[in-house]
Amino acid sequence: MTPTTIETRPIRSGGLKLWLERYPFLPALIIVVALLALNGAFSPNSLSYRSLTGLLSTYMALIMLAIAQTYVVSAGDIDLSAGATLSLVNVAIVVLMEKWGGGGAAVIGAMLCGILLGLACGVINGIVVAALRLQAIVATFATSIFFTGVALYVMPVAGTPAPALFWRTYGGRLLGLPFVFYVLAALALLLFLFSRTRLVTQLLAVGDDQQAAYQTGLPVVLVRIKGYALCGLFSALAAFCLTGDTASGDPLVGGKMTLYSVAAVVLGGSALAGGWTTVVGSLLGALTIGLVNSLVFFMGTPSEWQNFVQGLAILLVLMAGVLAGRRVRA
Amino acid sequence: MNAVLSFLKRPLVIALLLIAALLYLGESLSPGFASADQVLRLLIVASLLGIVAAGQNVIILGGREGIDLSVGGVVSLSAIIAGNVMNGADGGILPAILACLAAGAFFGLLNGLGVTLLRIPPLVMTLGMLGVLQGLLVVIRNGIPSGRAAPGLSAFVTQPLVFGIPGIIWLWIAIGLFMAFMLNRTVFGHRIYAIGSNEHAAYMAGVPVRRMRIGLFMISGMFAAIAGLCLLGYSGSSFANVGEQYMLSSIIAVVFGGTSLAGGKGGYTGTMAGALLLVILQGILTTVNIDESGRQMVFGATLLLLMLFYGRGKAMRA
Repeated sequence: MTPTTIETRPIRSGGLKLWLERYPFLPALIIVVALLALNGAFSPNSLSYRSLTGLLSTYMALIMLAIAQTYVVSAGDIDLSAGATLSLVNVAIVVLMEKWGGGGAAVIGAMLCGILLGLACGVINGIVVAALRLQAIVATFATSIFFTGVALYVMPVAGTPAPALFWRTYGGRLLGLPFVFYVLAALALLLFLFSRTRLVTQLLAVGDDQQAAYQTGLPVVLVRIKGYALCGLFSALAAFCLTGDTASGDPLVGGKMTLYSVAAVVLGGSALAGGWTTVVGSLLGALTIGLVNSLVFFMGTPSEWQNFVQGLAILLVLMAGVLAGRRVRA
Repeated sequence: MNAVLSFLKRPLVIALLLIAALLYLGESLSPGFASADQVLRLLIVASLLGIVAAGQNVIILGGREGIDLSVGGVVSLSAIIAGNVMNGADGGILPAILACLAAGAFFGLLNGLGVTLLRIPPLVMTLGMLGVLQGLLVVIRNGIPSGRAAPGLSAFVTQPLVFGIPGIIWLWIAIGLFMAFMLNRTVFGHRIYAIGSNEHAAYMAGVPVRRMRIGLFMISGMFAAIAGLCLLGYSGSSFANVGEQYMLSSIIAVVFGGTSLAGGKGGYTGTMAGALLLVILQGILTTVNIDESGRQMVFGATLLLLMLFYGRGKAMRA
């Protein structure tokens, strides 16, 4: 797994700084390890193979969504419709799988449709923001309302179950290992391949200085649209993980996840202004949110205080993430 | 001709024309939509949004990617604080106002300190604060029964006060005049534009940028608190997360008012029209007989379409 950062010159002195520059997700990794240790201290059981697998399969959707968000943030944009895209793909694949009988072919066909749907949502966002030149925050909020409307049209009320084949596979084991580990490995491979593509470098160049990128001859509008398309793709993957975890369709399920995905990107050490991002950091950022939530639970916080303590902890980690990230970039 | 065109391109004029068009459309879709009673009801709803948008407006004007995502949380918090402090008694209105303003200013102060002293981007800081506020709501709601609005407050929001117009609309007009005066006629207002268009130049010219920015976040918190109080009067009792809807719609109202998200350009008069425009659009969608999915699709698409009328970004030039 390589961080998607462009090589920056001049080369700086100091071992730690060099390390941070090569692996900008290190602060996020330290936070994750610390949270794991705290979880273990409060409840040794929480570090068991079983609970870690459970944590991973629950938060895999948020991990995917955070990575989706990272690609648009790279180009200095933001996507407030990522959660709505997730909801739309979630209900669409559940309805399609049910309609096609719930067999193996139905599952694969529905997932292909889901990927195309996610890409389409991403391209719509890209056109609206990059080609029509609307402001990303408000424009993607408007598209999120539109996508939610489509999701409600596909499935007016939550509750249609996904076929057993789908969620049994996601929550089950393959060759003795939990299936979610294969998902993680596939994700790592995918991220590695993407980090080698020209597109990621182009996204970062656009995010770093749009005008300069344009003057270098980059097709800025096209690059930004591709960034949104990538975001749509990973939102669809997030929808698959969510469907595997919840085993049902819900047209409003993703709404609350959008802002968490933005938070995860920041927690991972990426700059929201663009030009400096790390997908591995975003993965760790999403895990941080999951670990904070489980830590607050295992600490024995009274139930009515849990949300408050979670909110406070995430605010503090967010601030730490911003400060550490700035240290690295300075 | 050019003068006419440039007049027509002014955001406030666009918003007013769109409002007139939407009222006409609403009236023809369901007769009675543009009647005096209905328009007053729309104005009450718009004033709630408009008051939140006033705070959002100054933050956005102040630039440096200024945005306040925590307003929704403050609105909810203020509604629940007010409900508990007054608990259905008119005598509790004044303490409730003071408590709400204090809470709004406090969370604004925290936002401002994070943004200035720690230089956390406003989006991140206020997003984190939103999480804290939502957690706080759960704590309060579990500990104390949510209170009721005092009859005096409900009357102020929903009943005619002077010339047949409810007090909250007068309050909104007063806030509009206050904002216009503050932004155009006071040093503080001019400094908002100064830090919004070029923070460094403003700093060099001796503007206390940090204190200004903290002040802006406190203003935003207090406006959200006032809106929360009025929202309690409108609905009678506070319920879960009443303020959430205001988070992004307040930003849209500001954008529809012609204020650029980049900061330093715009004003509040346009935002008032923007808030009204948004509320009328939602009003039309609730009167026409389509199901929720169609309503959301039309709403989203219309928002995009309306945004095209306003400032689009500049095309890239070599």
